[in-house]
Amino acid sequence: MSVKIVYFAWVRERIGKTEETLDPPAGIVTVADLAGWLAQRGEEYAYAFENPQIVRAAIDHEHVKPDTAIAGAREIAFFPPMTGG
Amino acid sequence: MTTPDTSARCTPLIRIQREDFDIAAEIAALSRGRADIGAIASFTGLCRDEGGRLSALELEHYPGMAEAELGRVAREAVQRWPLTGLVAIHRYGLIRPAENIVLVIAASSHRHAAFSGAEFMMDFLKTRAPFWKREHLVTGEIGGWVEARDADDAAMARWAQ
Repeated sequence: MSVKIVYFAWVRERIGKTEETLDPPAGIVTVADLAGWLAQRGEEYAYAFENPQIVRAAIDHEHVKPDTAIAGAREIAFFPPMTGG
Repeated sequence: MTTPDTSARCTPLIRIQREDFDIAAEIAALSRGRADIGAIASFTGLCRDEGGRLSALELEHYPGMAEAELGRVAREAVQRWPLTGLVAIHRYGLIRPAENIVLVIAASSHRHAAFSGAEFMMDFLKTRAPFWKREHLVTGEIGGWVEARDADDAAMARWAQ
């Protein structure tokens, strides 16, 4: 299942990419699985996800928890806690 | 807490934009020709220079989700209070000290709902809307990303009580 993954703020800077389309293996079921799989992809990813409980996620523009299934997602986002307003 | 008057439910206006906004014009646009509005509360968030340290704040956002999330928070506010108008405008890009960042305007028949609706909107916006601030320093350096504040989470959590 190929999915678009987008990154924001310091997650984006650490990974060095704004977005990419990846095809996670079948065993990657949840958002937490995906973050763990990404963290294995290289030093820049490991750095972005060094503190995985801090990194927030959204699926198709809605906030999700780490145990949310990624099946059917069109766009998954990873970003730091928000600081707008 | 007042009993929500479902007949008063309005459609919130959400805008995410680079350019500045005119607070008086936005309030006037909301209330023009409206004889049902008895109270308007507005909140404006501005860029501080942090004691002369900052030359600007850079606001990054998640296009699409920023609009969607502000819309969800606004619809929740409209469900909780009998608001007859609700506007939320949030800027992105490079914002200089003393410039506007965010505007929330809540209208109702009476003040309580207008005050509460505007405050609720801001508290949820701070922790749920996908915006991130980065400091630009007067020295010309690009500083760090602003860290999320526990106080903002606490401000949001108290609405659940």
